Amino acid sequence: MSAMRSSGAPDDASLPGGIRDGAASGSGARESAARSSGAPIRPARPPKGRLRAGLPLASYSALVYAFLYAPIAVLAVFSFNSGRQTAVWEGFTLEWYRRLLADPLLLAAVRNSLLVAAIATAVATVAGTATGFGLARYELRGRQATGTLLLLPLIVPEVVLGAALLTFFAALALRLSLATVVIAHVVFSVSYVAIVVRARLAGSDPALEEAARDLGAGPWETFRRVTLPLALPGIAAGALLAATLSLDDYVITSFVAGPGSTTLPLHIYSMLKVGVTPEVNAVSTLLLAVTVLLIVLAQRLLRRAA
Amino acid sequence: MRAAPRGSGKAAYALLLPSWLLLGLFLLAPLAIMTVESGGRRALYGGLAPIDDLGAYLRSGAFAANYARSFSGLYLKIGWRSLWMAATTTALCLVIGFPVAYYLALRAPRRWKGLLLGLAVVPFWTSFLLRTYAWMFLLRSEGLLNQALLGLGLVSRPLPLLYNELAVAAGLVYGELPFMILPLYAALEKLDRSLLDAAADLGAGRLARLRRVTLPLAAPGIAAGVVLVFIPSLGQFVVSDLLGGARGMLLGNLVQNQFAVARNQPFGAALAVELTAAVLLLLWAAGRWSRHGGEELLS
Repeated sequence: MSAMRSSGAPDDASLPGGIRDGAASGSGARESAARSSGAPIRPARPPKGRLRAGLPLASYSALVYAFLYAPIAVLAVFSFNSGRQTAVWEGFTLEWYRRLLADPLLLAAVRNSLLVAAIATAVATVAGTATGFGLARYELRGRQATGTLLLLPLIVPEVVLGAALLTFFAALALRLSLATVVIAHVVFSVSYVAIVVRARLAGSDPALEEAARDLGAGPWETFRRVTLPLALPGIAAGALLAATLSLDDYVITSFVAGPGSTTLPLHIYSMLKVGVTPEVNAVSTLLLAVTVLLIVLAQRLLRRAA
Repeated sequence: MRAAPRGSGKAAYALLLPSWLLLGLFLLAPLAIMTVESGGRRALYGGLAPIDDLGAYLRSGAFAANYARSFSGLYLKIGWRSLWMAATTTALCLVIGFPVAYYLALRAPRRWKGLLLGLAVVPFWTSFLLRTYAWMFLLRSEGLLNQALLGLGLVSRPLPLLYNELAVAAGLVYGELPFMILPLYAALEKLDRSLLDAAADLGAGRLARLRRVTLPLAAPGIAAGVVLVFIPSLGQFVVSDLLGGARGMLLGNLVQNQFAVARNQPFGAALAVELTAAVLLLLWAAGRWSRHGGEELLS
């Protein structure tokens, strides 16, 4: 589960939430089962001191959650505000959303973003799945090195990754275009897919595949009919996360996008550098809604898989 | 790895090949090229100045010029400010996030736990840019906060809430908080409650339990959270650009600036190499510390 342990870095906890959550839940379920069956005396009810301490802690947590969500909520609410000066509620409207549809630059950016996300996700999913499968099921030399390599895109600061790619493309005299954007997006999403798929397969029983082989299935048939279905929730979750990251990325893309390859986040950035308008709220709300949907879907896949 | 990996067929190496090709070509090679370029000199119109005699160039020590420059004057100041800002953000996230993670892991009612955890995960993946924009929307002079203050008669004219270091700090803490809560939760979740009960039975008060049991056991989570918050904060440029304006410039903005505006690629590369070195140093230290934190308890 923890690819990081070998590299001397803090272990699996440093994986992004969704992944870690999914990766851990396999063994977590087992642990709690063990605890409830064989576990000796555990107080059925927490001692009194804890109960009293619980309420302030719960209220405090509620406050922090409010801190996390209130700004986004305000942003979304005001995307439906008919007032143009955006800070006083003047009535409900869908006008700003309607205007988005009439903005050709924005639509072009959306098209670019979807195209980049689709290609980058496809490439990252295929490569990441192969790697995750190889790492989980084979005793290969260089497994540790591969684990470290996969963590590198998550460790290197985004600015550095963007700068390095820009330097690289410039050294090769490659013109910046949608292709360079796709390459950059593959680099930062392939690791996520590989890590999720690896965790998913590590949590599943290899005896199933052995059984398939004992029953006469060849390697390809075993993979297609046993391993692939086992890994599928992980693969799908990894793909969804990759798509989310691609749709959202601003920093790295800002380095490697050329004229004509503006993605949605780049377009939003230039919009809000000019000035805060209700249209920015509307497009932000839409993008947020889409990514939240993708994340919730990915989370569900990972949880059901556990 | 639990699973007994089956065999080690040579063909299986082909499975790792795509990732090695992709990351080797588009991650390792770019990082290497950038490191080499950081020793170069900017050409008159951007790009890299050609070097006639490499031996003489290396002997003269000119390759270190970009690094020397980064440790001088304004650049040094920005470097310190970035470190300070990242450290402050990390500390604030730890202090604010720990009780929440503790609640989630050890106190939250079972049926709420899934939902609460999900709510903590969602901001983890949603766009940093949009979450920063949300703050811009709140803090600007025509923003909701100022309107509320004006409406309540607490101020007579809008406060300059935006474009200062406080706004950057607020935006950073807001953006990074989920990256602290989740690893802390992961560590605390694994904590065996019977240890706390035992400590209580042995007469340890609430503070003693926190200091001698909970915190040492949470050490790996603390280390991971610190890494996950500190690294992006140090390289940040969206938050500082949008909420800090020209005065809020951090290392990340400086790097971006050298590439996009100043067109001094070698200098930008040197800054990026330094940033990476700082991050690797931090990772190494955090790894050491978290192992140490664990050992302390065992001894």
